[in-house]
Amino acid sequence: MSTASQPTALIKTEVLYSGLFILGLIAPFAIYPTFLMKLFCFALFASAFNLLLGFAGLLSFGHAAFLGTAGYVCGLMVRDVGVTPEIGILAGTVCAGLLGWVFGILAIRRTGIYFAMITLALAQMVYFVVLQIKATGGEDGLQGVPRGHLFGLIDLSDNIAMYYLVYAVFSIGFFIIYRTIHSPFGQILKAIRENEPRAISLGYDVNKFKLMAFVISASLAGLAGATKTLIFQLASLSDVHWHTSGEVVLMTLLGGLGTILGPAVGSATIVTLQNELADKVGSWVTVIMGTIFVVCVLAFRRGIVGEIQALIQRAGIR
Amino acid sequence: MEIFGVPSALLGSQLLVGLINGSFYAVLSLGLAIIFGLLNIINFAHGAQYMMGAFIAWLALTKLNINYWVALIAAPVLVGLFGVILERTMLRKLYKLDHLYGLLLTFGLALIIEGIFRDQFGISGESYEVPEALAGGVNLGFMFLPIYRAWVIVASLTVCFGTWYMIEKTRLGAYLRAGTENSQIVQALGINVPLLITFTYGYGVALAAFAGVLAAPIFQVNPLMGSNLIIVVFAVVVIGGMGSILGSIVTGIGLGLIEGLTRVFYPEASAVVVFVIMVIVLLLRPAGLFGKAA
Amino acid sequence: MTVKKLISVACTAALATLSAGAQAQISGGVVKIGVLTDLSGTYSDLAGSGAVLATKMAVEDFIAKEKPNFKIEVVSADHQNKADIASNKAREWFEREGVDTATELVTTSVALAVMKVAKEKERIALMSGPASTPITNEQCNDVTVHYTYDTYALANGTARAVTKQGGRSWFFLTADYAFGQALEKDAAAVVTANGGKVLGSVRHPFPGSDFSSFLLKAQSSGAQVIGLANAGADTTNAIKQAAEFGITPTQSLAGLLMFITDIHSLGLRTTQGMYLTEGFYWDLNDETRAWSKRFFGVQKKMPTMVQAGQYSSVYHYLSAIKAAGTDDTKKVMTQMKKMPINDFFAKNGTIREDGRMVHDMYLMQVKKPSESKYPWDYYNVRQTIPAAEAFQPLSQSRCPLVKK
Repeated sequence: MSTASQPTALIKTEVLYSGLFILGLIAPFAIYPTFLMKLFCFALFASAFNLLLGFAGLLSFGHAAFLGTAGYVCGLMVRDVGVTPEIGILAGTVCAGLLGWVFGILAIRRTGIYFAMITLALAQMVYFVVLQIKATGGEDGLQGVPRGHLFGLIDLSDNIAMYYLVYAVFSIGFFIIYRTIHSPFGQILKAIRENEPRAISLGYDVNKFKLMAFVISASLAGLAGATKTLIFQLASLSDVHWHTSGEVVLMTLLGGLGTILGPAVGSATIVTLQNELADKVGSWVTVIMGTIFVVCVLAFRRGIVGEIQALIQRAGIR
Repeated sequence: MEIFGVPSALLGSQLLVGLINGSFYAVLSLGLAIIFGLLNIINFAHGAQYMMGAFIAWLALTKLNINYWVALIAAPVLVGLFGVILERTMLRKLYKLDHLYGLLLTFGLALIIEGIFRDQFGISGESYEVPEALAGGVNLGFMFLPIYRAWVIVASLTVCFGTWYMIEKTRLGAYLRAGTENSQIVQALGINVPLLITFTYGYGVALAAFAGVLAAPIFQVNPLMGSNLIIVVFAVVVIGGMGSILGSIVTGIGLGLIEGLTRVFYPEASAVVVFVIMVIVLLLRPAGLFGKAA
Repeated sequence: MTVKKLISVACTAALATLSAGAQAQISGGVVKIGVLTDLSGTYSDLAGSGAVLATKMAVEDFIAKEKPNFKIEVVSADHQNKADIASNKAREWFEREGVDTATELVTTSVALAVMKVAKEKERIALMSGPASTPITNEQCNDVTVHYTYDTYALANGTARAVTKQGGRSWFFLTADYAFGQALEKDAAAVVTANGGKVLGSVRHPFPGSDFSSFLLKAQSSGAQVIGLANAGADTTNAIKQAAEFGITPTQSLAGLLMFITDIHSLGLRTTQGMYLTEGFYWDLNDETRAWSKRFFGVQKKMPTMVQAGQYSSVYHYLSAIKAAGTDDTKKVMTQMKKMPINDFFAKNGTIREDGRMVHDMYLMQVKKPSESKYPWDYYNVRQTIPAAEAFQPLSQSRCPLVKK
């Protein structure tokens, strides 16, 4: 990323992002919108996760809790309280953020594998609560959430309208992540990741920064989850299951840990594969997923985007 | 007599059942703890390897007519060899990296193994009969104890404490412990550390398979039998203190008992109680109950 | 006059062209059947690839026998028991690929999600796999057919028979989720209605593996019958461990949701004497045997009721399209409800206004190992439960479509 400070590289980055943004605007006319919406949700989810793991060095093994909780809260608010979708999304995001704050306070006191374990354990408790309480519909899931009218005006049952809402949500979320990473706050996070004792000796309240990063990441994961509920008009137990927490690690790793676009690319790859393979190979889906995991860890640890960046850099040096 | 409104006979039997489950946890978490201790790898494939043990026992009995007792030795050896191959070809490349990669690799391996078994054998599972010599049970007055369950306790505890003895009291164990502390120095002393690591992984995996064979007559032998267990066993290791041998054994048994009690008083929560304990323990004792503070 | 006549002539002409075009009244010229099932998870044995096979058999047989003037295509996908994947796939099928019906749909969260998508897109959902009664009650709609069985039919059949045969006191071992609780509720109601008593129940986490603690609780309750309100691996493990702890045969077990695949995997030694309710058994008569042996030839397993029901529902659906001359959802649904179902799976089966297909169910008792003469010879048919009694009566329906 050191090249990014050079003006030409900066322009290149800007061109890249604007190009991608425009691509996203016209995409629903070429690709099936519901599929794209799902893809954007997972891209946002993985990017939020990456903010924590890739830039703050904190491996959360319980991110499904935020995705799922926000989804249920949003679904309940829209379906049973009757609020408009944007309020539902906001409510879900705030709840995920609060939950993230609780998780964070308990977990950031520990590092490494213990941090991951505490988040996993807390997420398992969330799963238990979701399974137990009546409002969530337990195993049946929270069904029949209406998409409603955005601001009471725009009918979201139209797929294209829904798509642009999801796209807007994704863009905002992604922009927040981008800004966070490039802000002084993001630099401090990276400093903590690289060398925590040094950051402490420089006078930073490390725990405060970690907690802050955790809450941002959880909120954005919640944003993705709440939006996902509106798209599919349901929230289900698989959203809070630890497999989902594992899946997001895979997405991030496959795309490229600690790269900005990596998680989005990784989740796009996985979601596309799941969707395409579901028809073609049947029961072999998990075997293929497992193989991707293994190959990725053994051969492409930098992930897709990471490897491409490395290639470009190597070419640049020459 | 009643304790908190629960007949003491029922309480007694629940504790005994807890002890049985605890000894399963102990064997499984011991394997995980050994692997983590020396390899720094969180072996997420442990559940799948446990399942392989059970399946090999079943295949041996139904296809080759090899009895339980032979399978009890043969299955761990076979699965252990499989582990050795995995270690030599894949895990070896990850030792210098973050824990994360080992966890992800073994998670991927678990998906592959379980997927293949499911495709071959279907999901409903297969039945493995209790061996003739251990069939039946005894009436303890407060409960009917199947002899096989008693055997499970004896067998697991023997293996657990045998392993503990080997690691704490023998020369091989001393190398192992030293290798965990500082592999470079041990290597400098002329001990073949890579071989030691391979052996350790193989042994840890063999323990998983051993638990699998023990479990075969109790549970339906099913491709996904280990996939939910792994998370619980994992929690046991963390509570005991990652890498602590004695910690994993004691915690395994202890958690079995606590789970048994939860089933009496609040059965719905028995699957989540282990995680509650894990959070509390980690907050109070960061390195787990028996772990050395980092 | 002349003008009026002209119009009426024009109308007749238009109608004539319409009906002449009846052959072409199939959207896209193809009837596309989507099998959305669990190909890799817990239900892959009782539905899964066997359900896909059953669908293909139904299509082949239909083409061979009825010589339809439309093309039929089958697509299938694995929903991995996840409602969002299922909902996404169903939407894509309906919106993009012109799929006319989503079928099978095992597991309730998937079924509920897909039936809503189907309603929104005005396509048909044929459900052979899922068990929950809300599908034809609170959540019912006019594009869904719940075909093979439901929890009410199974709990009702088994609980009534067992209670009547002297199993007066019951204790339930219930999987702790909506579906397990529904099973328990339905069964408990039947037990009390038939003069039995429910002594208590214990909820176990789902999925569980060790049931000995819960079984010991059930044992100490002293109940004559332990009702297993769970499914799949939970049920098989509980049965296995009940035998191990000497609970059976002192107390007897009643599986409230079991399939022949469960009996097959457990073996007769552990399951002998158990009662269960099935919607189909391969060894009922020559017709069922003939079909099942064809199925067995490919799948190497005898069909479950879900797979047999899948065949029957698809065949019935195709027949309705042929009879109606269109694949228009409303017309096909009307036709399906109008025509009785008569095949190897069901005799005089009918689809009610709430979407429930009612047909005879069978109360089975598992054979002793000594009684079993050939592979898959597992059941004695103890009673045929007539369609009218087998399912929840319309008078109790909570479905808004039912006019009272």
